[in-house]
Amino acid sequence: MTAALREDFREILRLTPAGARVLDVGCGEGDLLDLLARERGVDGQGLEISAQGVAACLARGLAVVQGDADRDLDSFPTRAFDMAILSKTLQQMRDPRHVVSELLRIADRAVVSFPNFGHWRVRWALLARGRMPETRTLPNPWWSTPNIHLCTLHDFLALTDDLGLVIESCAALSEGRPARPIDPRSVLENWRAEAAVFVLRRG
Amino acid sequence: MKAHSPEQNGMESGGGVWRFSADRPLRLDSGATLAPLEVAYRTYGQLNADRSNAVLVMHALTGDQYLASTHPVTGKPGWWTRMVGRGLPLDPDRFFIICANVLGGCMGTTGPGSSDPATGAPWGLSFPVITIADMVRAQAMLVEALGIETLFAVVGASMGGMQALQWAADYPERIFSAICIAGAARHSAQNIAFHEVGRAAIMADPDWRGGAYEAAGVRPEKGLAVARMAAHITYLSEAALQRKFGRELQRDGLSWGFETDFQVESYLRHQGTSFVDRFDANSYLYITRALDYFDLAAAYDGQLAGAFARARDVRFCVLSFSSDWLYSTAESRDVVRALNAAGCRASFVEIETDKGHDAIFLDEPALDSALRGFLASAAERRGLA
Repeated sequence: MTAALREDFREILRLTPAGARVLDVGCGEGDLLDLLARERGVDGQGLEISAQGVAACLARGLAVVQGDADRDLDSFPTRAFDMAILSKTLQQMRDPRHVVSELLRIADRAVVSFPNFGHWRVRWALLARGRMPETRTLPNPWWSTPNIHLCTLHDFLALTDDLGLVIESCAALSEGRPARPIDPRSVLENWRAEAAVFVLRRG
Repeated sequence: MKAHSPEQNGMESGGGVWRFSADRPLRLDSGATLAPLEVAYRTYGQLNADRSNAVLVMHALTGDQYLASTHPVTGKPGWWTRMVGRGLPLDPDRFFIICANVLGGCMGTTGPGSSDPATGAPWGLSFPVITIADMVRAQAMLVEALGIETLFAVVGASMGGMQALQWAADYPERIFSAICIAGAARHSAQNIAFHEVGRAAIMADPDWRGGAYEAAGVRPEKGLAVARMAAHITYLSEAALQRKFGRELQRDGLSWGFETDFQVESYLRHQGTSFVDRFDANSYLYITRALDYFDLAAAYDGQLAGAFARARDVRFCVLSFSSDWLYSTAESRDVVRALNAAGCRASFVEIETDKGHDAIFLDEPALDSALRGFLASAAERRGLA
């Protein structure tokens, strides 16, 4: 687990009410769900595509279904959860727009974090070197990256506006530093934030 | 009623046959009633003071109550000794584990081989057609008779998994958790087709005698063996058969005849002939019929989620095997989607294996760890130490 990820988790932990019913989409081996269960006593449910991840979750006693967020969110009933979490997984979805709108059908609030493709290092890699960026948050070369739908803070804002969602809060995430509340509409933050976590609700 | 006997693994084991008298008839889906009813069962471990640690394990089509005890006919170890025992996921030191022979079975529970009280002769084909829900009703009667209000878990694989789902639909308030391994919410056309091959083989045996073979002092062993051979192929995978046997021969060279040239033939023939020693042909007909009739969503306008609408407090664990083509992962996924839609708390994983449906009974560490993890967390929630 990288330090940046830990900041992501710490911020999500802070945002999670005690005892909430939580769906973690793309929960991996259940590190976040386990943290939320221990620290907040949440009633957690995970969705994870890899058998290895689900097996690890089951061994830790977490309720996790093996499935594909792009396809299987449809089976969850409307407003079944207090909170749906999509932690650094949005950019790996085939249809991020559908996934975000499904999250806010299933849950009252969605917590979505993703790497910011508008960060200055990314822009610099393209501008100065003419190459796809390989950074701390986006470490893979273009031909092996699982990140197929990258966006900037402002791209994401446009999507939330389009879907009629309300941004309750937003914080910038950076490796080894505490989450920093930001105004995601700021031009400067679209350069500065390495990654961001949004709390959304229906408008 | 409860006879104790020393068992393997040094486990405390009990059981016997529970007899429900004629004033407590079992009402069947077909409209018929069955009385008196006998249910044969085994138990492992001890019921705790607040009766909260009982686990009902439900066997597959040709299984029986000898879950972790030496089989009285074959002398072989119980069918799930790798899952039930000290230090294993189903630990008799923690749980009171019950396994009953299924309704329609041939190991002590009332079935077509039992005596029809009206005639004193074996039922044969006059035994009423039964369903998976009827099997579960009989189990529920036993569980109640044993003084257990709520089961900590119902656990089943294959047909047992279907029973676990039926428990969740019919008695959600009487179970805390449900585990369905390599099961399905309904029998597919392919499942029915294979069963029909087995039934046709039995009925084609001249010794079947329209089901009245016992009175004639014969048994349709050839037909039953063929039924088993055909069914056994569906329990394996092509990869497993290839790995185990390939095209290996029994002897050097071909026989240029119809002897058992190939090892896979010998294996299947052995499966067939050893099966007839411990199983009854009419039971095979009735139980396969019950499976074919199984369609959990049917009573809910075809909406499977409806079956689980009352089971929101039940913790579910659904497991499938990647190479199982009899009850495939797609079938389990349908169950999981319905559980999600019903707002149930569910876990699901497809276990990677080339062993096919038979992986239930084989060394599959991922199955053990999944069950262990699920049971441990459910036990914690249930307040079981």
